[in-house]
Parts: sequence; structure tokens; C-alpha cells
Amino acid sequence: MGPSDSSSSILSADRWKRKGAGRGADSLFAFLAGGCGVLVLLALAYMVISTTRTALPAFRAEGLSFVTGSNWDPSNGSYQILPFIYGTVVTSVIALILAVPMSVGVALFLTEYAPKWLRAPIEYAVDLLAAVPSVVYGLWGLWVVLPYVLRPVSDFLARYLGFVPIFAGPSTGLSYFAAGIILSIMITPIITSLSREIFRSVPSADRHAAYALGATRWEMIKEAVLPRSRGGVVGATMLGLGRALGETIVVAMLIGNNPVINLSIFKPGGSIAGAIANGWGEATGIQISALVGAGVVLFVITIIVNMVARAIVYRFNRA
Amino acid sequence: MTAEVQVVDGPEVTSRLDNWAGARATSGAGLRGTRPGARRLLRDRSMTFLIVASVVLTLVPVIWILVQILMKGGSAMSWTFLTHSTPFSMMKQGGGFLNGLIGTAIMVVLASVVSIPLGILGAVYVVEYGKGNWLAKLIRFFSDVMTGVPSIFVGVFVYTALVVKFKYGAIMGAASLALIMMPIIVRSSEEMLKLVPSELKDASHALGAAKWQTITKVVLPSAAPGLTTGAMLAVARAAGETAPLIMTALGSLQLVTKLAGSPISSLTLLILNGAGQAFEAAQARAWAGALELLVIVLVFTVLARVFASRSRLTR
Repeated sequence: MGPSDSSSSILSADRWKRKGAGRGADSLFAFLAGGCGVLVLLALAYMVISTTRTALPAFRAEGLSFVTGSNWDPSNGSYQILPFIYGTVVTSVIALILAVPMSVGVALFLTEYAPKWLRAPIEYAVDLLAAVPSVVYGLWGLWVVLPYVLRPVSDFLARYLGFVPIFAGPSTGLSYFAAGIILSIMITPIITSLSREIFRSVPSADRHAAYALGATRWEMIKEAVLPRSRGGVVGATMLGLGRALGETIVVAMLIGNNPVINLSIFKPGGSIAGAIANGWGEATGIQISALVGAGVVLFVITIIVNMVARAIVYRFNRA
Repeated sequence: MTAEVQVVDGPEVTSRLDNWAGARATSGAGLRGTRPGARRLLRDRSMTFLIVASVVLTLVPVIWILVQILMKGGSAMSWTFLTHSTPFSMMKQGGGFLNGLIGTAIMVVLASVVSIPLGILGAVYVVEYGKGNWLAKLIRFFSDVMTGVPSIFVGVFVYTALVVKFKYGAIMGAASLALIMMPIIVRSSEEMLKLVPSELKDASHALGAAKWQTITKVVLPSAAPGLTTGAMLAVARAAGETAPLIMTALGSLQLVTKLAGSPISSLTLLILNGAGQAFEAAQARAWAGALELLVIVLVFTVLARVFASRSRLTR
């Protein structure tokens, strides 16, 4: 009797009847499955405990200035990560400024403009962007996009807009700007696919109503599609932000790894994840503890962003 | 008009109607009195232009990155590259990333063996047993949250929890990859399990099957293609991960097959290493490695799609 007994049909009742033990197995199975779920929770809790414990020496040594001070100088025993926090935030903001309009544009094209035959190929192409590993983006960004596009563009902007502090030159190639641009390409697929689902969920009756009132296509989008989708697009943006904040390799390769705060986006800086990845090889003792601490800070930031994003998306889905 | 729309309102009809209405509206051939003025038309046209421009601008990087990898990676790709390990001198020509390929394979397989069954079972609990109780909700919420945890933080965690005691090695790298894969699998499996029609389950229960029998003989088999899709996507993601391996596998130029105790490389780590070198030979290897990695990742992504299209469960 049991799963190995293949001769009896699944439909024969007596195959199931004699399963006195089966009921016991049932609660065992429930326990097993529940245990796997609990494991996810335990892993998350243990992540926080284990890393915080390792980071404690650095937190103790620096106190609050660990996150508020801007002097990162391991050779002199100073571990303050504000320049990295700044770089992480600036590169992510640059990425969002570019990626959000682009993604919304692509999503609107896919839902409101594209003829049917064009939708699938474009969706595949955007999904392809999501499949490319980040180290490949880094390689491509560093040796192809940087010298041929980003460097000339940042030189140009720094020359003509240099009077604005955030565009001050001379540009250095490796910079917040370079990292932010490649990041924006990486987060475009996420924001696009989420926005696409959101736009698609707008009832077509709303669209027809707008057209019936004589709206042009854009007016229909503005009056019928976008107002209903605002919450969802904000949520999608936040999820893109979460991804951008946590991205390591591309930023580490393109930001220039300079542990100072530069107001100009065309200057090199540092990022939290980049500092961890680049510093890991030669770090020892309290520096490891400081890098782990930087990781904890990054974790806290991304968790907050993600929770807010999920809350927005959940609420939007329920409405 | 409206009545007709409601009766035949399917996606096909709707989209055709949209296009028709859109075309009528933009061409200004609507009802008299609702004809858009020149200003509104100009605004409509310019928005169309911007939206099409954003599509073109998004497609440029897709094509550009693929062409570059095919050209640069293709010209550096050879049988030698696929079958040899990295030379100790970065300046040296020749050699390849076999050490990275083996390392990636070992770590991804180990991670899959652990995370795929655990992830699917977790999803089974959420969908079949939890049914909205606090534990199920908590598991769902936190696996959502865990998909957003930066992968480098996972690596840092595995370092503090395991590497400090057991040294760098394949198992450590696999542990970090498993932690990254698990929430992805839980969430995608959950979506798939939810699609299994309750009629199927009811029928099984009506035949006297216990719940676990229903799950193992009815629910899981009918969701299998979808579950495979989620697993394949998680594998593709794990194969492309770099950051968490820096502090768990560390990397090595030698061919390592030991599971623990000695640093091991991955394709991604070798690409990262090669990309940072000024020597042409090292860069060429990085491009060939990128091609190799991209092919592997795309194979799993395509497999995922194939399984997804095989799934007979629909929303």
C-alpha cells in the first residue's frame, strides 16, 4: 500500500480507505511545510542578529558618527560611512530620474499604443535586460559605455552646465553619474513590467468612456489610465529604488571608489555596497567589522524602502 | 454602442476598439463638436513621439550590450578558453575560465538542492495549510522582504555566520546563493499553487484522500511546470550573482572541486577580476566569460519560458 502501489487506480476508493497512518502523515507533512516557511523567517532574523554582532566593535568605536561622520580612513582607524551612504543614495536617485519616465513610457507603449504583433518582441527584449547579470553590465559599462558615451556626455555637460554645483567639472569618467546611468538601465525592466501590469488592470470601459467624450489618446491616458495607476507606479518605483540601492557590482566598478562626498555628480565617490565589495580583500579586524556594519546600514535602508513599497502595492491591489 | 461593447468585450475586441477609437480621436474625425483642436492634437502627437522615443532608447542598450558581448566575447572564445583554467599571470595570453565554470556549477547545484525543495514546501504551507493565518501571512511578507535584501548583505551574513568558523569555500558560496534563491522560489511557487483549481482538490478529497496525498498526487503534479519555471529563474539569478560570492567563495585561479575549506571561483568572480585589469589578455578573457555566462543564464531563462508555456493552469 502507498505511493509505490501503482497497480491500483487513483480512483479506486479502497486505495485511500485503509490509510489510518495517512492521517498521522498529514500532520507531519503540515509540520514539514510549515517548518520550511518558518525557516525563511528564522534565516531573516538570524541575518540581522549575526551581522549586528559582528559589526558591534565598529558601532561601539564610532558611536553615532559611524553613520553621520564622513571620515573613512582605515589606516588611521576611522570608520565613518556617510560618504558611502551619500553615494548609494545619489546613484539611486540618478537611476530613478532616468528609469521612471522611460519605464512608464515603455509600459504605456505596450498597453496603449503597440499593435499586438509588436508587444511580445518588445516584452522579450525588456525581459532580456533583466536577465543580464550585473557583472556583465559592469564590464560593458566600464569598457564600452563609459569611454564612448558617458565620458563625452559628462565632459560636455560639465563644460556648459558647470556653473551649477552638482554639474561642476572637470568630469572624471568614473563617477556617480556613470554608475547612475548604468543602474537606470538595470532597473528599467523591473519598473516596466510592474507598471505594465498596473496599466493593464485599468478597466477598458474607462478608456472607452474617455474616447467617447472626444479625448485624444494622450488625454485618455492622462485622464483615465494614469490617475488610476498612480499608487501602483509609485510602488513599482520604490521597488526599483530598492534594487538600485542594493546593487553592488556595477556601482563598485563605475563609481570610482573615493570615500569622500562630492557635490558634483561628475566626480568619483563611494557606495555602501561598493565599499564592502572593494574593501573586502584587504580588510582585517575592525575594518571587517566596519564593513559588516555598513552592510547592516544598507540592509536597514533597503528593508524600509521595500516595506513601504510593498505596503503601497498591497494597498493599491486591494483598492 | 455601449451595450455592444459589453457583450463582446474580450481582450481582442477591446484592443481593436482601442486602436480604432484612438485613431479616430487622433485623426480628429470624431463627432462634430468633439473634434480636438490643433493644440490638443499637437500635444497628443508629441506625447506619442516621446513614448515611442522611450521605447527606442530602452531597446538601444539591449541590442548594444548583446552585440558587444557577441563580438568581443566571440572573438576571444575558443575551445582552449572553455577547457583551461585562468593563468596565474594576468598578462598572459590564453587560458580560460574552466575553474569558474566548475565553481559556478558546484555552487549553483548545491544551492538548488537545498533551496528548491525548501522553497516549494514553504509555498505549499502558505497556500494549502496556512490559508491566511498569521504564520502564512508572516512567511509571505518576509519572503517578499527577503527578495529585496541586497545580495551583498546575504554574503556578509554568511561570512559572519559561517565563513568565520569554516573558512571560504564552495559550501559557503552555495549557502549565500540558496538564501537568495529561496524567497524567489517561495513567491513564484505560491503564485503557481494558487492557480490549481479547487475542483481538482475537492475531487481528490471526495475520493477520501488525505490532505498530504492530495498535495503530493494532485496539487504538485498539476503545478509542476509552473514550479519548474520559478526554479529555473532562480537558478539563472544565482548563476549571475557576484557580490555575495566575494565574501563567501572568495575566488581562486585554480581549478577547485573541494566543497569546503578552500576558496573557489565562479564565472562572475573571474569576469569581475578580468574587467578590473589593464591587460588586454585579461580583458579578452572577461568578455569571453561574459559570453559564456550570458549563454548559461539565457538557457535557463528560455527553459523557464518553455515550462511556463507548458503549464495548463491559467489565471
